[in-house]
Amino acid sequence: MHRGKGMKFVGDSRVPAERKPNIPKDYSEYPGKTEAFWPNFLLKEWMVGSVFLIGFLCLTVAHPSPLERIADPTDTSYVPLPDWYFLFLYQLLKYSYASGPYTVIGAIVMPGLAFGALLLAPFLDRGPERRPMKRPVAVGMMLLTLAAMIFLTWESVVTHDWEAAAEQGKIRAEVEIDKNAEGYKIAQTNTCTTCHGENLSGGAAAPSLVGTGLSAEEVAKIAKEGKGNMPPGVFKGTDEELKKLAEFIAGLKAE
Amino acid sequence: MLNKIYDWVDERLDITPLWRDIADHEVPEHVNPAHHFSAFVYCFGGLTFFVTVIQILSGMFLTMYYVPDIKNAWESVYYLQNEVAFGQIVRGMHHWGASLVIVMMFLHTLRVFFQGAYKKPRELNWIVGVLIFMVMMGLGFTGYLLPWDMKALFATKVGLQIAEATPVIGTAVKTLLAGHPEIVGAQTLTRFFAIHVFFLPAALLGLMAAHFLMIRKQGISGPL
Repeated sequence: MHRGKGMKFVGDSRVPAERKPNIPKDYSEYPGKTEAFWPNFLLKEWMVGSVFLIGFLCLTVAHPSPLERIADPTDTSYVPLPDWYFLFLYQLLKYSYASGPYTVIGAIVMPGLAFGALLLAPFLDRGPERRPMKRPVAVGMMLLTLAAMIFLTWESVVTHDWEAAAEQGKIRAEVEIDKNAEGYKIAQTNTCTTCHGENLSGGAAAPSLVGTGLSAEEVAKIAKEGKGNMPPGVFKGTDEELKKLAEFIAGLKAE
Repeated sequence: MLNKIYDWVDERLDITPLWRDIADHEVPEHVNPAHHFSAFVYCFGGLTFFVTVIQILSGMFLTMYYVPDIKNAWESVYYLQNEVAFGQIVRGMHHWGASLVIVMMFLHTLRVFFQGAYKKPRELNWIVGVLIFMVMMGLGFTGYLLPWDMKALFATKVGLQIAEATPVIGTAVKTLLAGHPEIVGAQTLTRFFAIHVFFLPAALLGLMAAHFLMIRKQGISGPL
């Protein structure tokens, strides 16, 4: 390129008037089968990218992203769970020397050491050797960390009650309940609301009573004999009351 | 026609050297899966970038409907998910993309680590990469709260408790993130929104620019 004296410009700008030919560089002198990124390799990348994108879109169509019911800070029985990539940390904090009075160890010291070591890896592993077999300490530590993360994530997944988790987060239909109705008062005195909630919309231990699709007779039977987690004999009133309660519950319809 | 427009602009601005600096470089044989299939491990970094672009674009579209306050956040997400045309797809892309970006970035980090590609002269690029990793984790953590559903709220409470466990500055960190030393509520949601949409993406773009500048300056590490 022409520089210095005698250089010509476009108008009064600093753009040189001399045009450069717009042809890709020649990489044939480079070692091996070197290829130009533009446009040869980029075209291949785009093709791989399109296949990847199609697979990704299939995933989004096949599995709609989850949405639980609106946050309710008063629900203290909710068992929280972070996104899957934080599960190993969540599990670590369950062990006795990483929780309670030792929370600092599990929450700060161990993750801090791991991340610090990762950040400073080039200064901890200083030898010129790059092959994994030739630097056993660094590679061994990384494999150990990987194994620990996989183990902790696995433990967290198998010890979590996924069905209860799905139940406690469900979006429930909101129904106006007449809390002065005789049926509701019977439900209160017989401790139905303790598990099924003040709005009878269910809780961590019991399903919603709204829109069950059961007949009054079926409701009465469950109230006396129990079902699933519910023990028999929860209902302690008279047959008259049972009938009223069953009709009230069976009459709760989701909008 | 396009060529004429290009020439017209190029005559005035001399853009050819600009984009050639960015795009015109060599791809060595040992990183090209067309020559050695095992070289697909070199794709993870590029795929991380690709998913990041998906995240930015889908996130931009999500903010067209999302309302960051505790009364409307969940409602707006529910509406987006169930009523808006293709809303489920856009939200799905952002939701699954968040997981995918972590997976791809993790694989990329492992590839660089096991190949010892972080050694001299590439120490700085490794450090910037680990910082990107932290920013991505931060994006995952702050984004998890935004739908304002049960799991979002209670997972964030746990996360903030972990932040609070930091000695000395714990409570200050929690207050900075949540807006209040105890309550996780309206302030927390708006702060997490601001962090998720402005602060961390700004940091991410800066770090990614540095990451790519360094890889272009130094070139990709040689074969083992």
